[in-house]
Amino acid sequence: MKTFSDLIVCEHCDSVYRRQPLPPGAAARCGRCGAILRRAGLDLDRWLALTLAAAIAFVIANVCPVVRISMQGIPNEATLWKSAAALAQGPIACVAVPLALSIIVVPFLQIGLLAWVLAHARAGRRAPGFAPAMRLLVLLRPWSMVEVCLLGILVAVAKLSHLLQVAPGPGLWATAGLMALVTLIANRDVQRLWDLTEPGSNPSGTEA
Amino acid sequence: MNGTPRASQLRVVGCHACGLVCEDTLDGVERGGRVHCPRCGAALHRRRPGSITQAWALLVAALIFYVPANVLPVMYTSLFGRGGDSTIMSGVIGFWRGGSYAIALVIFIASVAVPCVKFLTLGLLLATSRRGSRRARRERAGLYRLIELVGYWSMLDVVVVAVVSALVKFQALSDIEPRIGILFFGLVVILTMLATMRFDPRLIWDGDGE
Ligand SMILES: [Zn+2]
Ligand SMILES: [Zn+2]
Repeated sequence: MKTFSDLIVCEHCDSVYRRQPLPPGAAARCGRCGAILRRAGLDLDRWLALTLAAAIAFVIANVCPVVRISMQGIPNEATLWKSAAALAQGPIACVAVPLALSIIVVPFLQIGLLAWVLAHARAGRRAPGFAPAMRLLVLLRPWSMVEVCLLGILVAVAKLSHLLQVAPGPGLWATAGLMALVTLIANRDVQRLWDLTEPGSNPSGTEA
Repeated sequence: MNGTPRASQLRVVGCHACGLVCEDTLDGVERGGRVHCPRCGAALHRRRPGSITQAWALLVAALIFYVPANVLPVMYTSLFGRGGDSTIMSGVIGFWRGGSYAIALVIFIASVAVPCVKFLTLGLLLATSRRGSRRARRERAGLYRLIELVGYWSMLDVVVVAVVSALVKFQALSDIEPRIGILFFGLVVILTMLATMRFDPRLIWDGDGE
Protein backbone atom coordinates (compact mmCIF):
# COMPACT_ATOMS: atom_id res chain seq x y z
CA MET A 1 0.00 0.00 0.00
CA LYS A 2 1.25 3.48 -0.87
CA THR A 3 1.54 6.00 1.93
CA PHE A 4 2.03 9.76 1.68
CA SER A 5 4.21 11.24 4.40
CA ASP A 6 4.06 14.69 2.75
CA LEU A 7 0.27 14.86 3.12
CA ILE A 8 -1.87 15.51 6.15
CA VAL A 9 -5.59 14.82 6.52
CA CYS A 10 -7.80 16.88 8.85
CA GLU A 11 -9.33 14.36 11.25
CA HIS A 12 -12.46 16.48 11.62
CA CYS A 13 -13.43 16.96 7.96
CA ASP A 14 -11.11 14.88 5.74
CA SER A 15 -9.54 17.88 3.93
CA VAL A 16 -6.13 17.01 2.54
CA TYR A 17 -3.19 19.41 2.90
CA ARG A 18 0.44 19.34 1.97
CA ARG A 19 2.65 19.31 5.07
CA GLN A 20 4.27 22.73 5.60
CA PRO A 21 7.15 23.54 7.96
CA LEU A 22 5.82 25.03 11.20
CA PRO A 23 7.68 27.72 13.14
CA PRO A 24 8.14 26.86 16.86
CA GLY A 25 4.97 27.39 18.91
CA ALA A 26 2.82 27.77 15.80
CA ALA A 27 -0.27 25.73 14.91
CA ALA A 28 -1.76 24.94 11.51
CA ARG A 29 -5.55 25.22 11.23
CA CYS A 30 -7.85 23.56 8.73
CA GLY A 31 -9.27 26.06 6.27
CA ARG A 32 -12.49 24.10 5.82
CA CYS A 33 -13.64 23.29 9.36
CA GLY A 34 -11.33 25.37 11.57
CA ALA A 35 -9.90 22.46 13.62
CA ILE A 36 -6.22 22.44 14.52
CA LEU A 37 -4.32 20.26 12.04
CA ARG A 38 -1.09 20.04 13.97
CA ARG A 39 1.07 22.02 16.36
CA ALA A 40 4.82 22.53 16.43
CA GLY A 41 4.86 21.27 20.05
CA LEU A 42 7.68 20.49 22.44
CA ASP A 43 11.06 19.10 21.50
CA LEU A 44 11.91 15.65 22.82
CA ASP A 45 14.23 16.77 25.63
CA ARG A 46 11.70 19.15 27.12
CA TRP A 47 8.89 16.68 26.55
CA LEU A 48 10.72 13.96 28.48
CA ALA A 49 11.76 16.38 31.25
CA LEU A 50 8.15 17.50 31.73
CA THR A 51 7.01 13.86 31.73
CA LEU A 52 9.43 13.06 34.55
CA ALA A 53 8.22 16.14 36.44
CA ALA A 54 4.66 14.90 35.94
CA ALA A 55 5.67 11.50 37.36
CA ILE A 56 6.96 13.19 40.53
CA ALA A 57 3.81 15.33 40.83
CA PHE A 58 1.72 12.19 40.32
CA VAL A 59 3.44 10.36 43.19
CA ILE A 60 3.04 13.32 45.56
CA ALA A 61 -0.59 13.84 44.53
CA ASN A 62 -1.37 10.20 45.27
CA VAL A 63 0.60 9.76 48.48
CA CYS A 64 -0.10 13.03 50.28
CA PRO A 65 -3.54 14.09 51.49
CA VAL A 66 -5.30 16.60 49.26
CA VAL A 67 -7.56 17.96 52.00
CA ARG A 68 -7.40 17.93 55.79
CA ILE A 69 -10.37 18.65 58.02
CA SER A 70 -11.06 18.67 61.71
CA MET A 71 -14.30 18.48 63.59
CA GLN A 72 -14.42 19.27 67.31
CA GLY A 73 -10.75 18.46 67.51
CA ILE A 74 -10.94 15.16 65.60
CA PRO A 75 -8.81 15.33 62.45
CA ASN A 76 -9.37 13.50 59.18
CA GLU A 77 -7.79 13.72 55.76
CA ALA A 78 -8.48 12.50 52.23
CA THR A 79 -6.13 11.31 49.51
CA LEU A 80 -7.17 10.67 45.92
CA TRP A 81 -7.22 6.92 46.60
CA LYS A 82 -9.31 7.34 49.70
CA SER A 83 -11.79 9.50 47.78
CA ALA A 84 -12.24 6.88 45.08
CA ALA A 85 -12.56 4.20 47.77
CA ALA A 86 -15.24 6.26 49.55
CA LEU A 87 -17.49 5.71 46.54
CA ALA A 88 -16.80 1.99 46.62
CA GLN A 89 -19.04 1.36 49.63
CA GLY A 90 -22.53 -0.06 49.47
CA PRO A 91 -24.60 -1.05 46.43
CA ILE A 92 -23.22 1.62 44.08
CA ALA A 93 -19.57 0.58 44.41
CA CYS A 94 -19.15 0.36 40.64
CA VAL A 95 -19.17 4.17 40.27
CA ALA A 96 -15.78 4.18 42.00
CA VAL A 97 -14.28 2.43 38.97
CA PRO A 98 -14.64 5.23 36.38
CA LEU A 99 -13.55 7.76 38.99
CA ALA A 100 -10.42 5.82 39.96
CA LEU A 101 -9.68 5.30 36.26
CA SER A 102 -10.05 8.91 35.24
CA ILE A 103 -8.17 10.56 38.10
CA ILE A 104 -5.55 7.91 38.95
CA VAL A 105 -5.12 5.01 36.52
CA VAL A 106 -5.36 6.89 33.20
CA PRO A 107 -2.91 9.70 34.18
CA PHE A 108 -0.55 7.01 35.52
CA LEU A 109 -0.66 5.08 32.23
CA GLN A 110 -0.25 8.27 30.20
CA ILE A 111 2.86 9.29 32.12
CA GLY A 112 4.31 5.78 32.11
CA LEU A 113 3.73 5.16 28.40
CA LEU A 114 5.04 8.60 27.43
CA ALA A 115 8.19 8.19 29.52
CA TRP A 116 8.83 4.80 27.88
CA VAL A 117 8.21 6.03 24.35
CA LEU A 118 10.04 9.36 24.78
CA ALA A 119 13.13 7.86 26.40
CA HIS A 120 13.57 5.63 23.36
CA ALA A 121 12.66 8.38 20.90
CA ARG A 122 15.44 10.56 22.32
CA ALA A 123 17.88 7.81 21.43
CA GLY A 124 16.49 7.96 17.90
CA ARG A 125 14.48 4.76 17.86
CA ARG A 126 10.99 3.44 18.39
CA ALA A 127 10.48 1.78 21.76
CA PRO A 128 9.48 -1.90 21.92
CA GLY A 129 5.68 -1.92 21.78
CA PHE A 130 5.67 1.56 20.24
CA ALA A 131 2.53 1.05 18.10
CA PRO A 132 0.29 -0.34 20.88
CA ALA A 133 1.64 2.27 23.31
CA MET A 134 0.80 5.09 20.89
CA ARG A 135 -2.66 3.72 20.15
CA LEU A 136 -3.34 3.39 23.87
CA LEU A 137 -2.20 7.00 24.44
CA VAL A 138 -4.66 8.23 21.81
CA LEU A 139 -7.41 6.09 23.32
CA LEU A 140 -6.75 7.22 26.90
CA ARG A 141 -6.52 10.97 26.32
CA PRO A 142 -10.25 11.83 26.56
CA TRP A 143 -10.56 9.85 29.82
CA SER A 144 -7.84 11.71 31.69
CA MET A 145 -9.59 14.06 34.12
CA VAL A 146 -6.97 15.61 36.39
CA GLU A 147 -8.37 19.13 35.87
CA VAL A 148 -11.89 18.00 36.78
CA CYS A 149 -10.43 16.30 39.85
CA LEU A 150 -8.73 19.54 40.95
CA LEU A 151 -11.89 21.62 40.54
CA GLY A 152 -13.88 18.90 42.34
CA ILE A 153 -11.53 19.02 45.33
CA LEU A 154 -11.83 22.83 45.46
CA VAL A 155 -15.64 22.63 45.36
CA ALA A 156 -15.56 19.97 48.12
CA VAL A 157 -13.39 22.30 50.24
CA ALA A 158 -15.86 25.14 49.64
CA LYS A 159 -18.78 22.87 50.51
CA LEU A 160 -17.33 21.89 53.86
CA SER A 161 -15.59 25.13 54.80
CA HIS A 162 -18.59 26.69 56.50
CA LEU A 163 -19.27 23.57 58.57
CA LEU A 164 -15.80 22.46 59.58
CA GLN A 165 -12.19 23.52 59.60
CA VAL A 166 -10.76 22.68 56.20
CA ALA A 167 -7.17 23.05 55.04
CA PRO A 168 -5.58 22.12 51.71
CA GLY A 169 -2.95 19.39 51.89
CA PRO A 170 0.29 19.04 49.87
CA GLY A 171 -1.49 16.62 47.53
CA LEU A 172 -3.66 19.50 46.33
CA TRP A 173 -0.69 21.55 45.10
CA ALA A 174 0.76 18.45 43.47
CA THR A 175 -2.58 17.81 41.73
CA ALA A 176 -2.52 21.39 40.40
CA GLY A 177 1.01 20.86 39.08
CA LEU A 178 0.04 17.50 37.62
CA MET A 179 -2.90 19.08 35.84
CA ALA A 180 -0.68 21.65 34.13
CA LEU A 181 1.95 19.05 33.20
CA VAL A 182 -0.47 16.44 31.85
CA THR A 183 -2.12 19.06 29.61
CA LEU A 184 1.34 19.92 28.26
CA ILE A 185 2.63 16.40 27.67
CA ALA A 186 -0.39 14.25 26.83
CA ASN A 187 -2.50 16.44 24.54
CA ARG A 188 -3.66 15.75 21.01
CA ASP A 189 -0.14 16.20 19.66
CA VAL A 190 1.15 12.80 20.81
CA GLN A 191 0.67 11.56 17.23
CA ARG A 192 3.66 13.75 16.35
CA LEU A 193 5.86 11.05 17.89
CA TRP A 194 5.15 8.86 14.87
CA ASP A 195 6.76 11.43 12.61
CA LEU A 196 9.56 12.22 15.07
CA THR A 197 10.61 8.56 15.24
CA GLU A 198 10.22 7.91 11.52
CA PRO A 199 13.39 6.08 10.41
CA GLY A 200 15.76 8.66 8.97
CA SER A 201 14.12 11.60 10.73
CA ASN A 202 16.03 14.20 12.74
CA PRO A 203 16.06 12.83 16.32
CA SER A 204 16.49 16.25 17.99
CA GLY A 205 12.74 16.71 17.64
CA THR A 206 12.71 19.78 15.45
CA GLU A 207 10.54 19.16 12.43
CA ALA A 208 11.79 20.06 9.01
CA MET B 1 -17.41 26.34 -0.41
CA ASN B 2 -13.71 25.65 -0.13
CA GLY B 3 -11.28 24.48 -2.79
CA THR B 4 -9.21 22.19 -0.57
CA PRO B 5 -9.52 18.60 -1.84
CA ARG B 6 -11.00 15.93 0.41
CA ALA B 7 -9.57 12.50 1.08
CA SER B 8 -12.24 10.73 -0.99
CA GLN B 9 -11.38 12.88 -4.06
CA LEU B 10 -7.67 12.05 -3.86
CA ARG B 11 -8.46 8.39 -3.12
CA VAL B 12 -6.57 8.46 0.17
CA VAL B 13 -7.65 7.70 3.74
CA GLY B 14 -6.18 9.13 6.96
CA CYS B 15 -5.46 6.60 9.73
CA HIS B 16 -7.70 7.35 12.77
CA ALA B 17 -5.04 6.18 15.18
CA CYS B 18 -1.75 7.63 13.92
CA GLY B 19 -2.71 10.13 11.22
CA LEU B 20 -0.74 8.50 8.41
CA VAL B 21 -2.21 9.21 4.97
CA CYS B 22 -2.64 5.93 3.08
CA GLU B 23 -3.82 5.00 -0.38
CA ASP B 24 -7.54 4.12 -0.27
CA THR B 25 -7.73 0.41 -1.08
CA LEU B 26 -10.98 -0.17 0.80
CA ASP B 27 -13.08 -0.66 -2.36
CA GLY B 28 -11.79 -4.17 -3.07
CA VAL B 29 -12.54 -5.33 0.48
CA GLU B 30 -15.77 -7.24 1.00
CA ARG B 31 -18.00 -6.51 3.99
CA GLY B 32 -16.41 -7.49 7.26
CA GLY B 33 -12.91 -7.52 5.74
CA ARG B 34 -10.29 -5.12 7.03
CA VAL B 35 -7.37 -3.09 5.74
CA HIS B 36 -4.77 -2.18 8.33
CA CYS B 37 -2.59 0.91 8.60
CA PRO B 38 0.94 -0.11 7.55
CA ARG B 39 2.47 2.09 10.25
CA CYS B 40 0.44 1.47 13.43
CA GLY B 41 -1.73 -1.54 12.55
CA ALA B 42 -5.11 0.07 13.31
CA ALA B 43 -8.00 -0.77 10.97
CA LEU B 44 -8.45 1.88 8.27
CA HIS B 45 -11.89 3.21 7.48
CA ARG B 46 -13.26 6.24 5.67
CA ARG B 47 -15.87 6.91 8.35
CA ARG B 48 -16.25 5.36 11.78
CA PRO B 49 -18.40 2.29 11.08
CA GLY B 50 -21.94 2.46 12.47
CA SER B 51 -21.21 5.98 13.68
CA ILE B 52 -24.68 7.53 13.58
CA THR B 53 -26.67 4.52 14.83
CA GLN B 54 -24.33 3.86 17.74
CA ALA B 55 -24.13 7.53 18.69
CA TRP B 56 -27.97 7.72 18.71
CA ALA B 57 -28.22 4.60 20.88
CA LEU B 58 -25.69 5.95 23.40
CA LEU B 59 -27.36 9.36 23.43
CA VAL B 60 -30.82 7.90 24.09
CA ALA B 61 -29.43 5.71 26.89
CA ALA B 62 -27.77 8.78 28.43
CA LEU B 63 -31.04 10.73 28.23
CA ILE B 64 -32.92 7.94 30.00
CA PHE B 65 -30.34 7.78 32.83
CA TYR B 66 -30.37 11.57 33.12
CA VAL B 67 -33.82 11.38 34.77
CA PRO B 68 -32.84 9.21 37.79
CA ALA B 69 -29.53 11.11 37.96
CA ASN B 70 -31.47 14.28 38.73
CA VAL B 71 -34.44 12.89 40.66
CA LEU B 72 -32.64 10.45 42.97
CA PRO B 73 -30.38 11.65 45.81
CA VAL B 74 -26.65 11.76 45.09
CA MET B 75 -25.52 12.17 48.68
CA TYR B 76 -26.67 11.53 52.23
CA THR B 77 -25.45 14.04 54.80
CA SER B 78 -25.78 13.69 58.54
CA LEU B 79 -24.33 16.54 60.55
CA PHE B 80 -24.61 16.63 64.34
CA GLY B 81 -27.53 14.21 64.30
CA ARG B 82 -29.52 15.94 61.55
CA GLY B 83 -29.56 13.91 58.36
CA GLY B 84 -30.95 14.27 54.85
CA ASP B 85 -30.57 13.31 51.22
CA SER B 86 -29.56 15.83 48.61
CA THR B 87 -29.91 15.83 44.84
CA ILE B 88 -27.77 17.68 42.33
CA MET B 89 -30.18 20.61 42.06
CA SER B 90 -30.67 20.85 45.82
CA GLY B 91 -26.87 21.12 46.13
CA VAL B 92 -26.81 24.01 43.65
CA ILE B 93 -29.71 25.75 45.42
CA GLY B 94 -27.98 25.25 48.78
CA PHE B 95 -24.87 27.07 47.60
CA TRP B 96 -26.96 29.82 46.00
CA ARG B 97 -29.02 30.44 49.16
CA GLY B 98 -25.86 30.39 51.24
CA GLY B 99 -24.47 33.24 49.14
CA SER B 100 -21.78 31.16 47.34
CA TYR B 101 -22.94 32.25 43.90
CA ALA B 102 -19.70 31.36 42.09
CA ILE B 103 -19.69 27.76 43.34
CA ALA B 104 -23.41 27.36 42.66
CA LEU B 105 -22.74 28.53 39.12
CA VAL B 106 -19.76 26.18 38.62
CA ILE B 107 -21.79 23.14 39.74
CA PHE B 108 -24.78 24.25 37.71
CA ILE B 109 -22.67 24.60 34.55
CA ALA B 110 -20.85 21.28 35.02
CA SER B 111 -23.85 19.19 36.12
CA VAL B 112 -26.83 20.74 34.34
CA ALA B 113 -25.76 23.07 31.52
CA VAL B 114 -22.98 20.89 30.05
CA PRO B 115 -25.07 17.67 29.84
CA CYS B 116 -28.04 19.55 28.36
CA VAL B 117 -25.86 21.32 25.78
CA LYS B 118 -24.37 17.93 24.91
CA PHE B 119 -27.78 16.31 24.45
CA LEU B 120 -29.03 19.14 22.23
CA THR B 121 -25.83 19.49 20.20
CA LEU B 122 -25.40 15.78 19.56
CA GLY B 123 -29.06 15.43 18.64
CA LEU B 124 -28.72 18.32 16.20
CA LEU B 125 -25.47 17.00 14.68
CA LEU B 126 -26.86 13.49 14.28
CA ALA B 127 -30.10 14.67 12.70
CA THR B 128 -28.47 17.13 10.28
CA SER B 129 -25.69 14.71 9.27
CA ARG B 130 -28.14 11.95 8.52
CA ARG B 131 -30.01 14.31 6.19
CA GLY B 132 -26.73 15.51 4.66
CA SER B 133 -27.62 19.11 5.46
CA ARG B 134 -25.38 21.79 3.89
CA ARG B 135 -26.34 24.58 6.28
CA ALA B 136 -23.84 26.13 8.73
CA ARG B 137 -21.29 23.36 8.38
CA ARG B 138 -18.45 25.35 9.94
CA GLU B 139 -20.63 26.27 12.91
CA ARG B 140 -21.68 22.65 13.41
CA ALA B 141 -18.03 21.56 13.24
CA GLY B 142 -17.28 24.17 15.92
CA LEU B 143 -20.14 22.85 18.08
CA TYR B 144 -18.70 19.36 17.86
CA ARG B 145 -15.28 20.57 18.99
CA LEU B 146 -16.98 22.44 21.85
CA ILE B 147 -18.76 19.37 23.26
CA GLU B 148 -15.60 17.32 22.80
CA LEU B 149 -13.74 19.93 24.86
CA VAL B 150 -16.22 20.51 27.71
CA GLY B 151 -17.95 17.11 27.88
CA TYR B 152 -15.91 15.52 30.64
CA TRP B 153 -16.35 18.44 33.07
CA SER B 154 -19.69 16.91 34.09
CA MET B 155 -17.66 14.38 36.08
CA LEU B 156 -17.22 17.21 38.62
CA ASP B 157 -20.09 16.17 40.89
CA VAL B 158 -18.80 12.61 41.10
CA VAL B 159 -15.43 13.92 42.32
CA VAL B 160 -17.10 16.27 44.82
CA VAL B 161 -19.24 13.49 46.31
CA ALA B 162 -16.20 11.19 46.50
CA VAL B 163 -13.96 13.72 48.27
CA VAL B 164 -16.67 14.86 50.67
CA SER B 165 -17.62 11.29 51.58
CA ALA B 166 -13.99 10.39 52.14
CA LEU B 167 -13.49 13.39 54.46
CA VAL B 168 -16.61 13.48 56.59
CA LYS B 169 -16.39 10.20 58.50
CA PHE B 170 -16.92 10.91 62.19
CA GLN B 171 -19.19 7.95 63.07
CA ALA B 172 -22.15 9.15 65.10
CA LEU B 173 -21.10 12.78 65.00
CA SER B 174 -21.21 13.38 61.28
CA ASP B 175 -21.20 11.26 58.17
CA ILE B 176 -21.56 11.77 54.43
CA GLU B 177 -22.28 8.86 52.09
CA PRO B 178 -22.77 8.58 48.33
CA ARG B 179 -26.23 7.65 47.07
CA ILE B 180 -27.54 5.90 43.96
CA GLY B 181 -28.11 9.14 41.97
CA ILE B 182 -24.37 9.64 41.57
CA LEU B 183 -24.09 6.26 39.84
CA PHE B 184 -26.66 7.32 37.23
CA PHE B 185 -24.93 10.64 36.89
CA GLY B 186 -21.58 8.98 36.26
CA LEU B 187 -23.25 6.75 33.66
CA VAL B 188 -24.70 9.81 31.89
CA VAL B 189 -21.25 11.39 31.66
CA ILE B 190 -19.65 8.22 30.31
CA LEU B 191 -22.45 7.51 27.82
CA THR B 192 -22.46 11.06 26.43
CA MET B 193 -18.67 10.97 26.10
CA LEU B 194 -18.90 7.66 24.22
CA ALA B 195 -21.66 9.10 22.00
CA THR B 196 -19.46 12.11 21.19
CA MET B 197 -16.56 9.79 20.33
CA ARG B 198 -18.71 7.54 18.16
CA PHE B 199 -20.02 10.45 16.11
CA ASP B 200 -17.74 11.05 13.13
CA PRO B 201 -17.40 14.83 12.57
CA ARG B 202 -16.43 14.20 8.93
CA LEU B 203 -20.05 13.27 8.28
CA ILE B 204 -20.87 16.98 8.66
CA TRP B 205 -18.80 17.72 5.55
CA ASP B 206 -19.88 14.88 3.30
CA GLY B 207 -20.99 16.31 -0.03
CA ASP B 208 -18.84 19.44 0.37
CA GLY B 209 -16.46 20.29 -2.47
CA GLU B 210 -17.48 17.23 -4.46
ZN1 LIG C 1 -10.90 20.22 8.83
ZN1 LIG D 1 -2.02 4.28 11.62
